Amino acid sequence: MNWAKLGSSGFLKAIRPFVGLFVVLLLFAMDGELRSVIFKGGNFKTILTQTVIVAIGAMGMTMVIVSGGIDLSAGSVVALCSVVTARLIEQGHGFAGVLALTVLIGGLVGLANGGIITTVRMMPFIVTLGMMGIARGISKWLANNQTVNPEQPLESVNRLMDNSQSPLTFFPLPNGVWLALGLAVVMAVVLRSTVFGRYVFAIGSNEDTARLCGIRVNFNKVVIYALAGAFFGLAGVMQFSRLTQGDPSVAIGLELQIIAAVVIGGASLSGGAGSIPGSVIGAFMMACLANGSSIKDWPNYMQEIIIGVVIILAVGMDKVEPFIQRLFKRQSSSN
Amino acid sequence: MPEYSSSNPPLPRLQIEGVSKRFGPTVALDGVSLEVAAGEVHALIGENGAGKSTLMKVLSGAHRPDAGRLTLDGQPFEPSDPLHARNCGVAMIYQELNLAPDLSVEENILLGREPATLGWIRRAERRRLAKRALEEIGQSQMPLDAPIRSLTIAQQQLVEIARALVGEPRVLIMDEPTSSLTQVDAENLFGVIERMSRRGVSVIYISHFLEECQRVAGRYTVLRDGQSVGTGAMLEASLEQIIQLMVGRKIDEIYPRTSRTAGEPVLELSGVAGLAKPSCVNLTLRSGEILGVFGLVGAGRTETLRAVFGLDRLVKGRVSVFSREATRSTPAKRLANGVGLLSENRKEEGLLLNRSVADNLTLTRFGSVSRFGLVSDAAQAAASGEWLVKLDVKASGADQLVGELSGGNQQKIAIGRLLHHNARILLLDEPTRGIDVGSKAQIYRLMNELAGQGKAVVFVSSYLPELLGVCDRIGVMCRGEFSCVRPVAEWSEQEIILTAVGQAELGEAAA
Repeated sequence: MNWAKLGSSGFLKAIRPFVGLFVVLLLFAMDGELRSVIFKGGNFKTILTQTVIVAIGAMGMTMVIVSGGIDLSAGSVVALCSVVTARLIEQGHGFAGVLALTVLIGGLVGLANGGIITTVRMMPFIVTLGMMGIARGISKWLANNQTVNPEQPLESVNRLMDNSQSPLTFFPLPNGVWLALGLAVVMAVVLRSTVFGRYVFAIGSNEDTARLCGIRVNFNKVVIYALAGAFFGLAGVMQFSRLTQGDPSVAIGLELQIIAAVVIGGASLSGGAGSIPGSVIGAFMMACLANGSSIKDWPNYMQEIIIGVVIILAVGMDKVEPFIQRLFKRQSSSN
Repeated sequence: MPEYSSSNPPLPRLQIEGVSKRFGPTVALDGVSLEVAAGEVHALIGENGAGKSTLMKVLSGAHRPDAGRLTLDGQPFEPSDPLHARNCGVAMIYQELNLAPDLSVEENILLGREPATLGWIRRAERRRLAKRALEEIGQSQMPLDAPIRSLTIAQQQLVEIARALVGEPRVLIMDEPTSSLTQVDAENLFGVIERMSRRGVSVIYISHFLEECQRVAGRYTVLRDGQSVGTGAMLEASLEQIIQLMVGRKIDEIYPRTSRTAGEPVLELSGVAGLAKPSCVNLTLRSGEILGVFGLVGAGRTETLRAVFGLDRLVKGRVSVFSREATRSTPAKRLANGVGLLSENRKEEGLLLNRSVADNLTLTRFGSVSRFGLVSDAAQAAASGEWLVKLDVKASGADQLVGELSGGNQQKIAIGRLLHHNARILLLDEPTRGIDVGSKAQIYRLMNELAGQGKAVVFVSSYLPELLGVCDRIGVMCRGEFSCVRPVAEWSEQEIILTAVGQAELGEAAA
């Protein structure tokens, strides 16, 4: 191990989300009431379960943001796909069919996003803002503007997010948590080490350079948005499982939570920086804060304020870190 | 220690005495001394990292010196920030222009100094002031209402100078003002500088182009490793002496040339035309030769390379690569055929500044550093490490961000990518722009070596001495086509310029 590298800005940035999470947990541990509840296995299981939807969405969003784009339709796609899940269950599809078709629908919405962005050369912000309305509208249409409760529930889907078996112990974890963890590992490798992943970084870092270097920028962007859509579709299945009903008006503003998780995880909205582990930690940190607040019986607005502060702090560290480094340098040079 | 010229004027306009500046353990300036008389054009020369920009930042108030004294017209000069320095009469024109692209020429010239009553801008007054500033530099024909965006780089620079003049500067510092200008625009700029000098404005002129410094400056000071190592009258010094001072060692040969013979045609263009430019390019490039391309900005040199490389649309004509017809193409296909392009804008287009050296070097050939479909960090670092050594790049390692390197080292990375790709046809667009003499010499040597290995190089440049020094043949572009391609021995500097310019005037007369 090269010790000098530990002080490099790249390393500091990579571990920042973990440090942030550690600080949050440390603060929780200082409060007696929180300490006695929050670190219990059952409660931790709840936090993990509550992380799943944002975390899966954040995996797709990380790719989009690292490539220099943004997807505002995420929340609407999650709602749409929760309704799609309900309708598919009503039609008697099995677990695999429901999962595959819902993910496919999400992927198609993403494909439309990517297609419009690249062929018409429009800003991702505008295209996905439009898609946010379209997907929300379609989900209400598909649901006849009410929640959809399948008469014959599909247990395998409902169990994805069900943490009510043995509520006091950490294990067994709901299948959805395992699925999210597995995907996180796979996506971390995909984004970090595959050629496709490196291309995503290259495109977000400098699109012109990527083009110059023979990377098919448009094709890769379409793939990125389609994949992201597929992740939002999967998050939609999880959303259904959590409520055991398809709800067209659920997940309003979820895209902002997802973006917040990605940004807390170290991604830059101008592209070229970000990581899957960071984003997942970001999602987990937000779930911890929400959980801690509800244990303390703080009103909802307190949570919102705290999470807002955390977002600003997380990104503000970018500006503060060089300052701290300079302070250290000045000190070491005066000695 | 600096040598002082014996013919110092009685009271220098600006006097810098023993200025030092440290950043942590790094000594950026180590007792620099410099004197500039009123109305003098003083060239500040030095390689990248010699301390020029730190010294300028001290003068413009961005940094405070740790030691030393600054005197302006006999008064102590201690600028606390750039605005203060400007108010004291020291204005700076940076290499990257600082204009608001959507505002008009007039608005830009008076930006931040608008004549106003109670917050209301007095438009007539502003117009008058802007006009006067432009007249002072002999640019009264400049359209006052045109948005900056619509001007050429050269015009924008003149606007920036006019803006500096509004503040009645006593000292004007210009950092690499000609780095993006053609020879003609540069000549125009020299005229403006002479005018200012006659008005009594002192100019500190920073440039890598030594010929330019000779052309425009009366005296020079050379910085090396944060020290002023030599100063004197420009007329009394030869280029070789100055270069020797800059690099601290003797450069026997800046332009190496080993004997080589051109081989088979590798790239043939016939009647190639793009959307606006080029209009009709015919060219044959052979293996083992360096073909220089000269032309004014707007002649279509960059556009030709981009169209050939598949980055821009090719409307007409045919392209053959290695004797195979390949007109329609994409950058990916060109790279697969062994054609590589070095962009003229290494920061905007050439490099991923916030990615690592390793990623930038291996970007076009991730396959070469992958195992089982995954990019291997170790293989990437090993491959990059070799190039870092071979190209003599000063970087802390393969994982350093490219944006943290100096210009010359960045350029070596951009070229290194073509080498790692093993491109056999290299299209190099202004490969030596804005980099230090040492790096330039290394790039010339590298080009010579590549041609010796039988690779074909197209070398686009606006700097004639390097074209004449390095190339086997030189083609001059004018109005979207090649006016003439000849072996280098049959060209003189003057002929090349006349071909690039004269033709343009003939064209206008005909139109």
